Amino acid sequence: MTDRVGRHAAAAPDHIETVILPAQDGNGLAAHEGGDWRPQGRHASGQPGATAAGALARTADGPVPSHGGGPAVDVRPQQRPASGRDSALRLIWVYPDLLSTYGDRGNLLVLTRRAALRGIKVEAVELSSDQAVPTQGDIYLLGGGEDLPQILAARRLHADGGLSAAAAHGAVLFAVCAGYQLIGAKFGGVDGEPIEGLGILDISSGRGERRGVGELVADTDPALSVPRLTGFENHQGVTRIGPGARPLAAVSLGVGNGDGTEGAYAGKVLGTYLHGPALARNPGLADLLLSWVVGRLQPLDPQDEEWAGQLRAERLSAVGSPVAGA
Amino acid sequence: MSKLPLRARIATSIGGAAGRMSRIAGRGDGSVIGGVLSLRVEPELLRLLAAGRQVVLVTGTNGKTTTTRLITAGLGALGQDVASNAFGANMEAGIASALGRSPNAPYAVLETDERYLPAMIETTRPKVVVLLNLSRDQMDRAAEIWLTARRWRQALAAATDCMVVANADDPLIAWAASSAAQVTWVAAGQRWHEDSWCCPECGAHLRRDDLGWRCGECGFDRPATRWVLSGDSVIDASGEVHELQLALPGRANRSNAVVALAVAGYFGASVEQSLPRLREVRSVAGRYTQVQRQGRLVRLLLAKNPAGWLEAFDVLAPSPVPVLLGVNARGPDGKDTSWLWDVDYRVLRGRPVYISGERRIDLAVRLEADEVPFELVEGIDDAIGRVSGSELDVIANYTAFQHIRAILGRAQ
Repeated sequence: MTDRVGRHAAAAPDHIETVILPAQDGNGLAAHEGGDWRPQGRHASGQPGATAAGALARTADGPVPSHGGGPAVDVRPQQRPASGRDSALRLIWVYPDLLSTYGDRGNLLVLTRRAALRGIKVEAVELSSDQAVPTQGDIYLLGGGEDLPQILAARRLHADGGLSAAAAHGAVLFAVCAGYQLIGAKFGGVDGEPIEGLGILDISSGRGERRGVGELVADTDPALSVPRLTGFENHQGVTRIGPGARPLAAVSLGVGNGDGTEGAYAGKVLGTYLHGPALARNPGLADLLLSWVVGRLQPLDPQDEEWAGQLRAERLSAVGSPVAGA
Repeated sequence: MSKLPLRARIATSIGGAAGRMSRIAGRGDGSVIGGVLSLRVEPELLRLLAAGRQVVLVTGTNGKTTTTRLITAGLGALGQDVASNAFGANMEAGIASALGRSPNAPYAVLETDERYLPAMIETTRPKVVVLLNLSRDQMDRAAEIWLTARRWRQALAAATDCMVVANADDPLIAWAASSAAQVTWVAAGQRWHEDSWCCPECGAHLRRDDLGWRCGECGFDRPATRWVLSGDSVIDASGEVHELQLALPGRANRSNAVVALAVAGYFGASVEQSLPRLREVRSVAGRYTQVQRQGRLVRLLLAKNPAGWLEAFDVLAPSPVPVLLGVNARGPDGKDTSWLWDVDYRVLRGRPVYISGERRIDLAVRLEADEVPFELVEGIDDAIGRVSGSELDVIANYTAFQHIRAILGRAQ
């Protein structure tokens, strides 16, 4: 583990309000070893108050899951002003000139739309790789890209330090594919050689034997109360999750991290291999990220969700995985 | 060529017959199936068929088929036969089929898939290689763009007898061509910048201004050009200005035409000789075709990737002419529809928009995010039935486009 991850795991400041989530079954523990786990029962899909999503609302800094004997995950000191409904939500798309090959703009557009529909003003910034990364953003997005730009992005972000600082201070970071890999401890370079990552998330990636290309379906960690994930993966990476992070979901169809899990998260940092883009296919995931900033979210009018709902149903049935719950 | 060994001639005849059967049966234009059969009989066929000819290979993400057609038209001014894979079958089998159909043509203009360019250079020993542009396309099938450019660069460094005609306004193209011994640089323009923010040589952020693009760090910058697209005109290598006045619409086609004129010029055809022939091209493999259907004039535009959609919007009839968008995600289209989010659909606001195709729900979610109202339709005839005016523009990606063409009867 790099120094950054180590520092996060060790701190346990006593001014953080500890949140007890609804009791998890034994599978919660197995997630740490990256073993094969399947969430039991159904996920509520974003019903406020009754689920972990509601519980999340009680702290400004995001979840501190209580799951039995495992180590505390990413407790972050509260050092930034909570960004609520009074101020605009600051969305920063990091280095789209290097990392935006897979329709990643869509994640920005979906977040902006779902925030705006709740009356939340959004300030979106597209930050090119020759600009300094501001540390006062609320949500940072890192997209997918090719090998060389991924290495360049990692190098520049490392030298700049702003993204790591923002994450350390409790900002939300959503990273996809190449972006997901580079926020870990290391990832594979152009010829598979190990390249140092930012060490923000306790994962480590390398080049796998086969390319994972195709529809991916995965059941999300029950702690997050996000409906079944659907999307398209296109990568040759294999990702191992360390003790300081949890798998985002258990794979039902596709490759994901390569060990039966897909994606990873810790605190308000979340990464995935999903394209589609991920948030267009999984509005529940978009709402999770928004709720990490603003707290409890009002549900949307059904007519505002109709097309996204149809898309989810169509995509899941196209691969023979009917929608579970919503 | 009549000097082919017997085995190769038999192979070509078998391939030719199969191609005709395929066309008669109504399954495509027969180019690819004919070629596949030929190659099994004689693997070296392509090399033999290309030998002794002046070969032009044309590649790039967008514009290959149209530019191949325009070059073929331009070279016609020289008064000799030109072989070409005019219907877009751009891998080994399709190319062999095209050459087999015109055994005595001294010129061959061959559209070539980006992944196959290095192998085609090796096999056909071209006189000219045309590099148009590189941008994201079918991300689940295509090799990474930068890696493609690198492979081209390596292949061209080894092809010392070849003249490269390249678009200087595309940094990736310029980088790929800069290893070649001879290059004719064309200022063909670039509207889609999203795949070239990063210097291909050193990775630094590229700067762009009115003079073009340049890398602030390593000195890699836009080369000086000999042929220039300027508005609706071309400035040729001797500095003369000619108005293009093409039948094909849009900026991208003007750009393709300038490249074609540069290639024709290399073989000795002047602009005065070749431009009239370029003006005669009205549609290319169904693209830009106009068809009367149910009393409406329907125009078909093909757009396969974000850069292509940007150019297609440029060509649309002015609002309020309605547009039908068709999107599939089969193998040839690329199965991942994430690219829809790289297209800015806001330009479609204010006109009726119909959506069809296997992935129309993805398109629905996309258009909703851009606040573009739309109506779902079952297909081309359903859309035509709802149109109140006399025109309908259609933009569709590859297999959706072929499907609509088939319904409309392959009008050419």
